[in-house]
Amino acid sequence: MAAFFFPAEEKPVATRQTQFLARSLLSPAVGLLFIWMIVPLALTIYFSTLHYSLLDPGSESFVGLENFRYFLTDPAFLASLQNTLVLVGSVLALTILLGIPLALLMDQPVIGRNFVRLMVIAPFFVMPTVSALVWKNLLMHPVSGLFAWLASLFGLTPIDWFNDVPLFAVILIVTWQWLPFATLILLTALQSLDEEQKEAAEMDGASAVSTFIYITLPHLARPITVVILIETIFLLTVFAEIFVTTGGGPGLQTTNIAFLIYSQALIQFDVGSASAGGLVAVVIANIVAFFLVRIVGRNLEA
Amino acid sequence: MARMATTRRVAISTAVAWLFGLLIFFPILWMGLASFKTELEAFAVPPSFLFFHWTTENYATVQERSDYLHHAMNSIIIAGGSTLIALLIAIPAAWSMAFSPTKRTKDILLWMLSTKMMPPVGVLVPIYLIYKSFGLLDSRIGLVFILCLGNLPIVIWMLFTYFKEIPRDILEAARMDGATIGRELVYVLTPMAIPGLASTLLLNLILAWNEAFWTLNLSTSNAAPLTTFIASYSSPEGLFWAKLSAASTLAIAPILVLGWFSQKQLVRGLTFGAVK
Repeated sequence: MAAFFFPAEEKPVATRQTQFLARSLLSPAVGLLFIWMIVPLALTIYFSTLHYSLLDPGSESFVGLENFRYFLTDPAFLASLQNTLVLVGSVLALTILLGIPLALLMDQPVIGRNFVRLMVIAPFFVMPTVSALVWKNLLMHPVSGLFAWLASLFGLTPIDWFNDVPLFAVILIVTWQWLPFATLILLTALQSLDEEQKEAAEMDGASAVSTFIYITLPHLARPITVVILIETIFLLTVFAEIFVTTGGGPGLQTTNIAFLIYSQALIQFDVGSASAGGLVAVVIANIVAFFLVRIVGRNLEA
Repeated sequence: MARMATTRRVAISTAVAWLFGLLIFFPILWMGLASFKTELEAFAVPPSFLFFHWTTENYATVQERSDYLHHAMNSIIIAGGSTLIALLIAIPAAWSMAFSPTKRTKDILLWMLSTKMMPPVGVLVPIYLIYKSFGLLDSRIGLVFILCLGNLPIVIWMLFTYFKEIPRDILEAARMDGATIGRELVYVLTPMAIPGLASTLLLNLILAWNEAFWTLNLSTSNAAPLTTFIASYSSPEGLFWAKLSAASTLAIAPILVLGWFSQKQLVRGLTFGAVK
């Protein structure tokens, strides 16, 4: 797979003319992405040094790093950073820990496997606002939700999900959305695992457990890394699920960094502080992106 | 011999797999059922699973009261438009990088990937203000534009990996025969690239259809696609479950079907070719 991109023996056959053409075909995309990346980012940096409130137009003034000091020392920042880490960490752990057995299960001879696969993948295609609202109301409502009814069947007190354990409720919803992604990638990787290798191990008398530990798991190391990195990028910016269920509350209990910046920008109209927060989010995402780009880049090499 | 699947083993794994499959699918199924109940039954405890008075009135009400089709049309225009424009920009770029690679091609590809890593919330403020001053808030064209840019890196990457798989010999043969680049593109490459183009189109339609950051922040009513429209059901507490379910079922049904067709491409597209 690694040799797939840019095979070593490949020599550009292009003449100068085709090279020029190739470049001019590439430039619109590069130009657009460059503008898309640079202009808003430059504006964010610029705004982050201003005292700039939409509620108080005309009062813009340069304040240096004041917004960063304000944003980073705001107790809401620490709370939302913590919520972000808990959300990302829990969803990652849950999707991978559930995804591995699920992928292994679907790799077994199962009657109607394609149909089972469709059911497992389905949540990924549900738009976030739908999954969040269906879970919040139809399943997690403390009186009429299905979970409350199930709890009462077993004689338990129904949980008031969005009041008692709001962050956990959000984690469950997001996990449900991303479990298919992890499962599908792990399953794809499992299916590329050399059957002969597994057979040889079994011939040698290896137990199912040691086959899993010594052959399957190492083979899954790379796809697991990919799942972690890609999910992290999307999970750092979970927004819609919080927007339609809790609005960040109660208090700050479900406010993550993305939602905090949103509320500073479009609820409190504090452009300066939201911009500073936006840059903090960019820095956090870039740390993750750095590792992902390296992994994908290694894949690009011949 | 050890690998030979015994009947017992198949029976067990089938049962367990179906159990978990149904469990994961259940919320969607439950939503579908609720869309055919009356509001009272949707809210009832204990819930009724199959033996309730089936009705389709929720679907009619959703259309009458909130003009569902208007929002569905917005979704179609926004998702379709942004995907088509992205394809138009991406095809030449991916073609050029796949067939006339230079030393910098790899860096350009990785740089494009890195633009996708930028959290949208990091540029929410400037985009919002720019849109405000150009009157693009709550406009379809504004959403088409931003979703197009947001998905452009994925489109280019997917196309690049597909174009890479087209054997170069065929191109060289065409060049020997004196085909110009234009003809080469139209007569040789396009037919071979159609499967890749189709799956790229499909995956990006899905991503754009479900996009719920920019659509929620930049649209309110006129240009609101289904994501924003469904979100409006979050304000009135309870009691509209059947209608919420009907609207939701309609909103996800087409994309669920498309999604099922494109599972393989999903892995490839979302991992930037890192897992295939």
